[in-house]
Parts: sequence; C-alpha cells; structure tokens
Amino acid sequence: MTKEQILSVTGLIKDFGEGETQTHVLKDINLAMAAGEMAALLGPSGSGKSTLLTILGTLMRATGGTHEMLGVDLMRASEAKRTEFRSKNLGFVFQFHHLLPDLSALENVMMPAACAAGRETAAMRARASELLDAVGLSDRRDFRPAAMSGGQRQRVAVARALINNPVLVLADEPTGNLDRESAGHVMDLIRTINQSMGSSFLISTHDEHIAGRCQRRIELLDGRIVRS
Amino acid sequence: MNPYAVKLAMRHLLSHPGQTALLMAGVALGVSVFIFMSALIGGLATLLTLRTVGSIPHVVLEMPDRDPATLYKGQGAQVVLQKDLSRRGQITIWQPMIPIIEQSSGVIAVSPQIRGSAFVERGQAVSPVGIIGTMPGKLSVIADIGGAIVDGSSNLPADGIVIGSVLARDLGLRVGQVVQLTSDRGRSRSFRIGGIFTLGIASADRQSIYMNFATARALFDLPTGISRIEIKVQPATDAAGIAARLRRSTGLKATAWTEDNQQLFEGLDAQARTGTIIKAFSLVTIIVGIASAMLLSIVRRQAEIGIMRAMGASRSLVISIYVLEGTLIGVVGAITGALAAWLDLLPLPPVSAVTRGDLPIDRQQGDFLLAIALTTLAAMLASILPARRAARIDPVEAIGA
Repeated sequence: MTKEQILSVTGLIKDFGEGETQTHVLKDINLAMAAGEMAALLGPSGSGKSTLLTILGTLMRATGGTHEMLGVDLMRASEAKRTEFRSKNLGFVFQFHHLLPDLSALENVMMPAACAAGRETAAMRARASELLDAVGLSDRRDFRPAAMSGGQRQRVAVARALINNPVLVLADEPTGNLDRESAGHVMDLIRTINQSMGSSFLISTHDEHIAGRCQRRIELLDGRIVRS
Repeated sequence: MNPYAVKLAMRHLLSHPGQTALLMAGVALGVSVFIFMSALIGGLATLLTLRTVGSIPHVVLEMPDRDPATLYKGQGAQVVLQKDLSRRGQITIWQPMIPIIEQSSGVIAVSPQIRGSAFVERGQAVSPVGIIGTMPGKLSVIADIGGAIVDGSSNLPADGIVIGSVLARDLGLRVGQVVQLTSDRGRSRSFRIGGIFTLGIASADRQSIYMNFATARALFDLPTGISRIEIKVQPATDAAGIAARLRRSTGLKATAWTEDNQQLFEGLDAQARTGTIIKAFSLVTIIVGIASAMLLSIVRRQAEIGIMRAMGASRSLVISIYVLEGTLIGVVGAITGALAAWLDLLPLPPVSAVTRGDLPIDRQQGDFLLAIALTTLAAMLASILPARRAARIDPVEAIGA
C-alpha cells in the first residue's frame, strides 16, 4: 500500500545576499516525504542541510520553487499562517537542546502546546508525562534543565518535539553534542517513536552511523540533492 | 490576558530573585523620591501658607472707597465731586451683616473691629502704634493672640491692653505698667498693660496694641460704626471666591488675602513646578532603568525567545510576556516604594507642629496612589519597546539553526 505523501518540494532555491555577494545555498531541490518515513539528510558542512531544514520547518522562506505540506502552499502562506501551521504539524530537535531554563522538564515538553493554546491544560500535562515516560525520564519531570545531563536534556527536547503529535519532526544534528552512548539512546528513542507514533523524521547528520539507522538517505552536495 | 504569558513572566521573575529584587528596589527608590518630593513640596506650601495666613484675616470687609463722582462733562470743562476726606471710612450699619457673613459657606470666624492709629508714650519715648479694638471673645479668632501671650494674660478689661513683645522691649514696658495712648482723633487715655504677645510677625509684634471694643470706640470717637470686619475662611485658598460672594451680598469692599500676597503665590507656583520636574525625572529614571534592564534581559534570552517562536509562539505572546514582566516589576516596586515611604514619613510631625530645623513634610500630600499608578504605567510603557524588539527576533538567528 502506498503511504500518504505529506511533503512536496519542487524546484526549491534559496539565495542569500544580492549582486556580487549573492550566494546560491540551495539549487533546484526536489523532495517528497511520506507519512511515517524516517530519512537521514546527509552532506558535508556548508552543503545546505540546515538551510533546507529551516525552510521545511517554515522558519525561513525559500527564494523560489514550491513548498507544500499537507496540501498547504507554505510559500504563499502568511507569516501568521506559517506560525500556526508550524505549531500544529511540525516538531523540532536541534543540535543544542534549547530548553527554557526556568521551566521544569514537564513544562518544557508542554511548552509548544501551551504556546498555541495560551494556557497549560490537564490534557497537555498528561500527554507530556506520557512522552517523558517514553523517553525514560519520568523521574526527572520536575527537574530543571540545569539539573539534567546533556543526554537527558536532548531526550526532553525530543519529547518536546512530539507534544503536538507532529506529522513531521525535523532534527538538525540531534546527537551532535552527545557522546556515542547518549547518541545511541537518542536514536533508539527516535526510532521507537517513529514506529509507535507514526511521525515522520528528517534527520540532518553527517554521521554515517546515524544515517544507517534511517530507512532513507537524502544526500546533499553544494546545495543540490545528489541522492534521494 | 494570556494565562501562559502570565505564568512565563512570573516564572522568569521568580527564577532570578536577585535581579528581580534589584530592579524592584530601583523602582521603589524612584517611587519613594516621587512621594517624598510630593510630601515635601506640599508640606512646604502648606507651611508657608499657614505661616502667612495663620495670623492674618483671609478676607477684610471695609466701606467702598468714595471715588470722585463726575457731575458734568462738557466741552472744555468737567465738574467732579471731590472725595470727602472729612468723613472716616466706617461701616455704620454692620450688626445685621454679621449673621449673614457668619452663615456664608467657608466662613469660620468673623471679627468686627475698630482700628486706628495712635501714639504710645512712656516718659520721653513716643512710638506710633496701630490699635485694634475687638469684641469680647473675638481677640484670638483672627490672629491667635491668646496662644501667643508670653507674659500676663489676654483679658481685655476697659482699661487694659495687650501689646506686642518688640514694642514692649523697645519702650522697656512690662505687664502691669501704665502707658498713655493718644489716638489720631486727639483723644488720650491711660491704659494698664495686661499682656505681651509674640506672634512672630515683625509688624504685629512691633506696632499692634489690642484693646476692648468699647474702649476703642471711645478712643477713636466712633459712637456706632466700625472700621472693618475681618474674616477667616476654610480653606484659605478659597478666600478670593468667598470675598467675591461677600462683596455681592454685603455691598462692602471685600479684599482677599491672596490679592496682597501675589509674591507668595508666585513662589509656591515656582516651587510646585520644580517639584513636578523632579518627580518627572524620577519617573524617567524608572522608565530608563526598566527599559535598559529589559533590553539586556532580551539579549541574554535571545535563544529562549527564538526557540519559543520556532515552537509556534506568536509575536503577541512574546510581547505579552515582556510587557507583563515590566508591569509586574513596576507594580510590586511601586507598592513597596510607597509602603517604605509611608513608613518613613509616619514618625514625622504634621506640618502645623513643625519646629525650626524640621522638614515640613505633609504625608497627606504624598500622592501615594498617583505615584503607584504613574509608576505602573511608566513600567508598562518602558517594557513595550523591548517587548516589540523581542517579538521581532528571528528564530533562525537566535537559535543558530
């Protein structure tokens, strides 16, 4: 059975600067992703991986091409619409955890949902607890980031990315700051969540070991997809 | 109000108690300065007014001036009726007016008086004085002569007088001595000094002599009329309005104390403006302090703001968080400052009881609620600009994605 396509990008380009200083960071990117897919985005530094993730995450607009997700034309959508779309359908995991230092692990996990709703609810609290259980941090729910290890913080960041049941999670070097053992735990976790919750993952990495644990490899070189 | 913005603002303030306390202390200090200045400027104005109007009549009723009347005005000639200088300005029908004046709103004391000039003689020494004849029980209703007695008593028998202390010193007079008074009507009589007063007003202490109403009537040859009616009003600042009303109701010339003390008003006005400027500066200091602290906080928290924006936080949510933080700092700082100022000013005596060397601070004029309201508003305004800047932070740049 063919899986439902959630993301479609065609002829996408991204330029920075103007005139002589203009740099073509992404060139004619064509990419589609299906629901539940777990793909690795590989490429050397400067190949455009982070820029592509940023555009797919609606944090930046492309210079040209099309960008559709779940039938929504994100190239033409207003900033408010893109923000709303992002909060409902996308999850992010960054190389650095970026947890809010004043909030506990549970509150950090709830944050994206609370931002969208304007308040924390009992349902959010229950869902955040479930996610912390899933990432093995149920005993750290009331800890603030400063009281947790790097690996634990990144697992909280993964749980936070999943609070809104996103269709697609964009992970930019999620294990880049972790030791090999912690990186393995985080990848196990992502794999388990991908299989149990059905969220798609696009994981930027230049670590072949990480890429090997994904179903699909997308290779980027000098702003072009050279293998998908 | 967005409950999540309230939670995040409160959480941030409580998570950094040292920084929050320092900011609130700065606001509290500004508010204390504001209140202190209001209480001092207000107290100073009250003290000066009290000192100025405390011993003088607030409104004086006299016969209107008899200006020359034009009888004929023709080509090259004019006939006028000259002012009659042979008659003294006296209020002849005054008794029916007293109840009317006493019942006028704002009037708290009325004193019909007979006044005139005289010479006091003791041996070879002669000094010009002003005689004030007051009705029984009315001696202290305008100037508190009874309370200013430093020797003897304030009783005024038919042959008794009360004199100022400077006059007594200049002529070497003491209580119980007899002096000769000669009025400007040429009548002379001996009086026994019953009391000596010190009002603290040089002209009164040097030149005033109080005596019995009936005795003054005889001394100045005024069988029925009186010289003037002196009135005290409450508040003293309403004197001009009350004088205008009495002018209409009595037909007499009514002069408010404010007409003769324009310089005092100009001084008080300049003082009030200076106070306003100082208060404005304290508010500006609060605004600058909060705005700069918020801007620094935003620079430090760029990544946090960026991640929130990346996770779907709207610009309005970010603005709400920072405006709430600024407002909370303002409210709590303002209330703390107002409370501290209130406690600091509590032991100070009221302006009426201020002695030499004390600051005349009137706690009632501290503008506590105004200070809290203005500071809260200032804090809110101060945080809007940093909040808008926070909302414009690009999440991509902030988190280095």
